[in-house]
Order: sequence, then structure tokens, then C-alpha cells
Amino acid sequence: MTDSRIDFTAADHAAELARAGAHVTGWRGATLLLIRRYPLGAIGAVIFTLFVFAAVFADVVAPMDPLSTNSRASLAAPSATYLLGADFMGRDVFSRLVYGARISLAVGLGATALGCLFGILVGLLSGYLGGWIDLVVQRVIDIMQSLPLLVMALVMAASLGPSLRNTIIAIAIPLVPNVARVIRSNTLSLREMPFVEAARAVGMGELRIALRHVLPNTLAPIIVLATAQLGSTILTEASLSFLGLGVPEPHPSWGRMLSESAAEYVRTAPWLVIFPGVAISLIVFGTNLLGDAVRDILDPRQRS
Amino acid sequence: MVVQSASASAALDDGVVLDVRGLKTYFYTRQGLLKAVDDVSFAVRKGETLAIVGESGCGKSITALSLIRLVPTPPGRIVGGAVSLAGTDLLRLDEKAMRGVRGNDISMIFQEPMTSLNPVMTIGRQIGEALILHQGLTRAAALARAVEMLQLVRIPEPEQRARDYPHQLSGGMRQRAMIAMALACNPKVLIADEPTTALDVTIQAQILDLIVDLQRQLGTAVILITHDLGVVAETAQRVIVMYAGRKVEEAPASELFARPLHPYTSGLMASIPRLDLIRGHVEAGRLQEIPGMVPALTDLPTGCAFAPRCQFAVDRCHADYPPYEEKRPGRWAACWRSDELYGAAHA
Amino acid sequence: MPEAAAKPVLEVSGLKKHFPVRKGLLRRTVGHVFAVDGVSFSIGEGETLGLVGESGCGKTTVGRAVLRLVEPTDGSIRLDGADITGLRKAELRPHRRKMQIIFQDPFSSLNPRMSAGDIVAEPLGVHRVARGKALRDEVAALFERVGLRRAQMDAYPHQFSGGQRQRIGIARALALNPKLIIGDEPVSALDVSIQAQVINLLMDLQRERRLSYLFISHNLAVVEHISHRIAVMYLGRIVEHTDKKTLFTNPLHPYTEALLSAVPVPDPAIKRKKLVVQGDVPSPVRPPPGCHFHTRCPYAVDRCRIDSPALREVVPGHHVACHLR
Repeated sequence: MTDSRIDFTAADHAAELARAGAHVTGWRGATLLLIRRYPLGAIGAVIFTLFVFAAVFADVVAPMDPLSTNSRASLAAPSATYLLGADFMGRDVFSRLVYGARISLAVGLGATALGCLFGILVGLLSGYLGGWIDLVVQRVIDIMQSLPLLVMALVMAASLGPSLRNTIIAIAIPLVPNVARVIRSNTLSLREMPFVEAARAVGMGELRIALRHVLPNTLAPIIVLATAQLGSTILTEASLSFLGLGVPEPHPSWGRMLSESAAEYVRTAPWLVIFPGVAISLIVFGTNLLGDAVRDILDPRQRS
Repeated sequence: MVVQSASASAALDDGVVLDVRGLKTYFYTRQGLLKAVDDVSFAVRKGETLAIVGESGCGKSITALSLIRLVPTPPGRIVGGAVSLAGTDLLRLDEKAMRGVRGNDISMIFQEPMTSLNPVMTIGRQIGEALILHQGLTRAAALARAVEMLQLVRIPEPEQRARDYPHQLSGGMRQRAMIAMALACNPKVLIADEPTTALDVTIQAQILDLIVDLQRQLGTAVILITHDLGVVAETAQRVIVMYAGRKVEEAPASELFARPLHPYTSGLMASIPRLDLIRGHVEAGRLQEIPGMVPALTDLPTGCAFAPRCQFAVDRCHADYPPYEEKRPGRWAACWRSDELYGAAHA
Repeated sequence: MPEAAAKPVLEVSGLKKHFPVRKGLLRRTVGHVFAVDGVSFSIGEGETLGLVGESGCGKTTVGRAVLRLVEPTDGSIRLDGADITGLRKAELRPHRRKMQIIFQDPFSSLNPRMSAGDIVAEPLGVHRVARGKALRDEVAALFERVGLRRAQMDAYPHQFSGGQRQRIGIARALALNPKLIIGDEPVSALDVSIQAQVINLLMDLQRERRLSYLFISHNLAVVEHISHRIAVMYLGRIVEHTDKKTLFTNPLHPYTEALLSAVPVPDPAIKRKKLVVQGDVPSPVRPPPGCHFHTRCPYAVDRCRIDSPALREVVPGHHVACHLR
């Protein structure tokens, strides 16, 4: 406390109350309060929403067809027509970035959802059943976690072959152990809670207890975990595509846009490198800010 | 103002160590303004045990934290009053000076000794730390004094225990170590916030015994924060009863238990099982309930905060908050009807 | 064992629960926590047995073992005449309707993501007692019985105060109309002025429904008020067991004596001779040989350090485990 002044006046009380967000009512007031408390999270949310908006309404937002080529516009610099320039084949970079957001988010959200789903399943079973099942699952998770995420995704992608679906799977699998570990530890503590004992004392089956009493109470940590993972899944997709193992042609992927132009055009047409790079950094930065804020809101204990 | 004169008279008495006047600690939350401690005044004398009793949320613990200025900020703030220790108003000291007071002139022991001890430091060093900090002792001297302190709180094999870490001690031993730490600098005031609530009955008896003994030996003034009327009856000379952030009654312990003036106090006493068989009484029948529940501090009634639960409440109680007055010599209460009730109970 | 009413609702004999202490990579058992070490008692219809003792004495484990929330190591449990000790889960289910539990902590004992009404309805659903409107009516009746309003059924636990939550817990325990309710420190976490409300409610319900209670608590004042008979536990064993009045006016075991003189009496006019025992409760992993209490007992003689005293009926209805009585 820097200001240790005492003897408050009515005005001081009012000011302190306003700062605490008292008398905030309704949906709008609550949102404004959240924005004031977590300004960085709000920025993250705005960035994320912009990207989601671009992805969903790509047909409207993008001025051109991202796949149509135009030899006359090859390597055109940013201009009124080509907002962010054009690539070697004369395709509009801005339009490709907008459509690329679809791929990025589809893979990011898809892989996170898939990874969480399996992670929850594994974590719940492992934590709830315990015994030798738990022991085996834990050791498998240990092994998986000792491999680098990107290398695992690389191996997966290479063995599955390039496609949107396979990219999602390849990125989702390395997520499973992280999620499973968190859910398991949550399940272990929930399992000992008196309300679970009460359900047991009534004679409720273990499966029903797991679904009705344990799972709903792991929701908050799952949301925290999922938002925290979103940024890294998007980054992994970009890395895979950069290495040619991600989403194949003709889908415009940011990672591949980078790799196609990085070596040849970085000097002659730097916009081909800068803008996809900025797009990737921005979305990852945005989701990370959002993830931190979500964690602080839902799980105050972890606040540092 | 009545309150002012209350503590003014107390301050005139000899031996007042700590004088609290008009203390206000408010919490600013989304739910609105919480007057956790609202205009609380009291004084503690040398060698005296003053108990502050009340239920959760009555403001007793926040009062204690306010005295040593450890109210969590935000959302809490001390917004008015004075806490005088030997003529110095602690509320107006800067943080650095305040650090020189905490653990030196005023120290505090908490309910859960495990969380207030550093798990990676030996007991001896933790006790010695305050001595090095406040009294400039060397490490060797501080450790020697720590062993003496452990002996004082009747921990067997003190040299050995001084080398132990907190987890190696039992709950009762940890609380003893906490007391040793709190008393190491020979403070003028010891604040004990529910010191035995987490302990077993036989251990509680040991610790209360110890506190009373040490107090007699060292002359420390003790402020005992508790919800347990049994603990109050066995240790305190004077009692303050708090309800919804305010003092509702203050009296010498024996008189308070014999003839409470405030309906909340009498309600509280009638609602607890009082071990009639041990006391050689006939067993009482049904417990008397205080209906309803403690009001939310954000939503206090305009009149007396206890009026909605009070069986003696009249229109006036709902309309105006009663003044806190000296109803009988040495007996203070905030109740419009205490005189009638006092008379009625013993007519 | 003191005679309970004609037909006991619960009969526990020789109950033991030893928790293995495991260590190392292979989780080898290196010792046991002797949480409950041969406990016998019975509870009659409409009767309350208070089970008192300090933390680690095993009183909570007794309650959980009776409910078969932990598997007893040895001994037998008869509920309403039927031996439920060795029953498998499915076989046990019909018996579960006859016994329920109320927990200490009114916060963690209710699932925060279920409405109060759903929490109380759950036992009825599990046992397919009622459904649809009949279920809702039944739950509403339970709400009203424990002093909650019907309109509060859709609220979530965090919207209730501690005392109200405990009422929800009581309604849940009552839902299946059990014969026996195990209260594990059911008022210890409540505010003083709320404790009386809950104690009175429990006593009223007992009168109305001829309920039997196993009332587990460390609070002697509450146990004195609510129980008919009391068993005192120390380190996994019952050391004294008799009716309430005898226990409080004429305790025979030194531990009971120490416990009673340690409890603070809310009456400064009473000056009692105090027996403050020194030292801490020993670890239940390595309980002392002979009488478990001899390490703290002011009257201990050589025999106490070697020989473990059995629980004997020294006066009709008064059982004590002490060589000196």
C-alpha cells in the first residue's frame, strides 16, 4: 500500500468503490469491468475476435479469390489493389492471409478440442480408476512428455501424410499428455471430496459419479488449459506447414506462405515474408494474452 | 461523542498499553462497501487478557489485523481511527517504522501454526530472526535466546527442537514454537487469533495454560480473538462482543457471563450447549436458537444490525442504531432495551 | 457392550481398519496405520451414540467403515439385523438406503455445479424412488422439513449460507428415509448461533422419525447435549463407553477424565480442579505397547506399559479399558 492515508471522506469512499467495481450491473457493466481489470486480456480477445471474424467471413472480407493467379501482378508491391502485395503467382497476399486464418484457426481449435477430449478421457480414467491402469498411463505420459512437441508432431505428420485432418491429429496427440496430467490430478483431489463420498454412500455407480460429480468440476481447469494451448497449436501448424508437412495445396496456410517465399524473395519482395510472419505472431500473441487472462479469472490461485 | 469518552476514560487509567479509538476498516468490493470494522474503540492494560468474541464475519479478525496493519489491501483499507501504542499512532507510521513494531512491540499468533511458519527454516533460526532484526543480536546470541524461549514455552529438549524444521513438530509443538517466536522480543501486546481452534482439546488446554502462565510471568497484554465462549470464560478478564463489524457489548468476563446486557450476547450464551453435567447442573432442554443468520455486511439494516434476529426488538430498534453507552459501571452496550432486559432478567 | 434398545439398528463388533503405509517404487507395504483397532458398539432405534476423541483417534474412520466407504480390515457390521460386512457393491445397494451420512464441511460436501434441488433429489433418483413431478414434490417436502423454502430448490450451493448448506446436506441424508444417520462433526464448521439451529433440527428429526445417530465429534459440549450414550476413543480403541450422565459425572478412564477437564466451560464462576495431561497423542503408525494412553497417563503403573487392558464392564452399563478400575 503506497497511500496509507486514513481519515477517509465520502468522496474517497466513492472513488475506492468505483475502483473496486461496486454497483456494476448487467452484462455491459461486467464486461467493462473485466476490460479494466485485464486490459491485456481484452487486447488478446480483440485480436482473437478479429481473426475469428476474418476466418468466418473470409468470403466477404477478402477482396479477391486467394487461389486465382495473375501473371501481370507477380510480386506486386503493396498498393490500393493489392493491399499487402501479391506473390510470385500474382495471388493477393491479403486475401490469402484472410483465408489462411481459416486454416490456422481450424487446426488450432480442432487440435486443441481433440487433444483436450482425449486428454480428459485418459486423465479421468487414470485418476478415477487408479491402480495399475493409472501406473501404466502415467509412465506412457512420462515418455510422451520427454519428447519435444514439434518433433512428435513432425513424426506424426510425416507418417500420416499431409491433409487438414491429419495435421489436426498430428498436433492433437502431443497435447493429450498435458491435458491428461492436469485432469488426473484434479480428479484425484475431487475423488476424495465429501460430495463424492455422499454419492458413494447413496450407492451411486462409479461411472456415474465420474460423469456427474467429477467431470463437471474439472471444467474450469480444462478451459484454462485449452486457451493456454491454443497459441502453441497454431504455432505448431505454421511450423509443420513451413516444413511442408502441414495442410497441403491449394489451401493457403500461413506457414507455407512463409516457406514458399522465405528463401527467394526475402530481399526482393519482403512483404511476402513480413505479413504472414506478423499474422502468425499476432494471433499467437493474442491467444496467449487471452489465455493468461482466462486463467487469472477462472483460477485465482495461479495468479503470480 | 460517546465512543470518544469511552476510550478517553480508559486512557486515563493506569497501565493502558494499547489504545484503539474509532477504528474503521472498510472493504471495497464488487458487492459494495463492507464496513468490516466500524468505529471500534477499546484499550488493553498491561498483564490483562481482553477477549474479542463474535461469529465469522463479525470483524474480530480484521480488527486484529488492523492493529498491526496487515489488512489485505486491496480490497481492505483502514479508513479512520487511531491505534496508540505508548503515545505513537501506529496508523500514521510509515511502512518501514511499522515493520519495527510488528514482532517487536506487538506480535501475533495465528490459528494455523503450520502456514505461519517457514517450512524450509529451522525453528531456532525463525525465532532468532526477530531478535537479530529488532534487537540487533548476533546469530549465536539469537540462537541461544531461541533455545531459552523454547524452554520457556515448555518444549522438551529445546536444543534439539531448535534444529528441527516445522514439519518435524506436532501441531501443539508448532503452536508453542509460534508463541516462543511471538514472545521472543518481549512484546507489550500479544494478539492471539483463534490460537487453539485448530488444536485438540487436551492440547488446547496445554496451550491456554501456557499463555496464561507466560502472561503472568512477563506481564504481556493479550488480545484474544475467539469464537469459543468456553475459552473466553477460562482465560479473559474483559470481553468485547462484536456483531456485524461493531462492538455491541463490553464487560468484565465474570459479569458478562452472569448478566449479559445485549440480547445478542445472551442469545449466544443460550444457544451453546453449556456442559451442564460437568457443571453439576441439571441438563438443560432444547437449545435456544438465534433465528435467522448473520446479515451480509453489504446489506445491513438501517437500525440495529441485530434487530431482525432479536426477540426483544421494537420499532425503534429497526429505525435507529442504538448508541454505545456505559449502562452500568464498567459495562458498555449498544442496545435500546438493555436496561429493561437487565431489570427483567433479575427482577 | 452396553445393552441398546431391544433390537439394535447398528451392531459393530471387533471392527478394525489398518491402512497400509506404502513406500518406494514398488509401493511395498512398510507398515500400517492402526486407525481403528477392534471397536465394538451398538445403537438402538431412536438412539444417539456419541463417538468422541481427538484427531487421529479413528472416530471418522469408524463412521466411514460402517458406511463401507472404506473396507474394514476385520470385524463385522450388522445393519438392521443384516450382516453387511462382506457384501458386494450391488448387494450392498439396498442396504445403503437405511444409512446415510452428514459431513462436517458444508462447502465441500455439496457439488458446486448442481442445484440444491438436484443434490437432494439424487439419492431418490439413484434408488428410483420417484421421478418427474413426484420427485420434485418429494424434494420440496424435504426442503420444507429442514427449514428451507421450496423456491430455493433451483439455487446453487454458493448462494446459501453455511447453515443453509448444512440443511441441504441433512435433506439429502433424509431423502431415502434411512434408519441410521452418521454425523461426522456435522456442526463443527458452523457458527455458534447456527449450531443450535442444526442441533435442534437433528434432535427434532430424531424424535419424529425414530432415527438413530452415530454422532462423531470432538466437541464434548455438543456431544453431551445430543447423545444418549457416549463412547470415548483413543488411538483406534474405545477406552470408555457408558450412558451420558455417568460419563460426565463419573468418568472412570484417566483419558476421559483429562478430556473432560480440558474442555473449556463457558462459565467463569466455575473453578474446577484440572487434570492437564502433558505430551501429544502418539502416532497411530507406532502406537505405544500396552495401554495406548500410558505415555500421557498420570496414574500409569508398570502393568500399563506391557499389558493392553480390555474393555470391561466394571459397573453395569459402564465399560472401561483400564487396569486401575
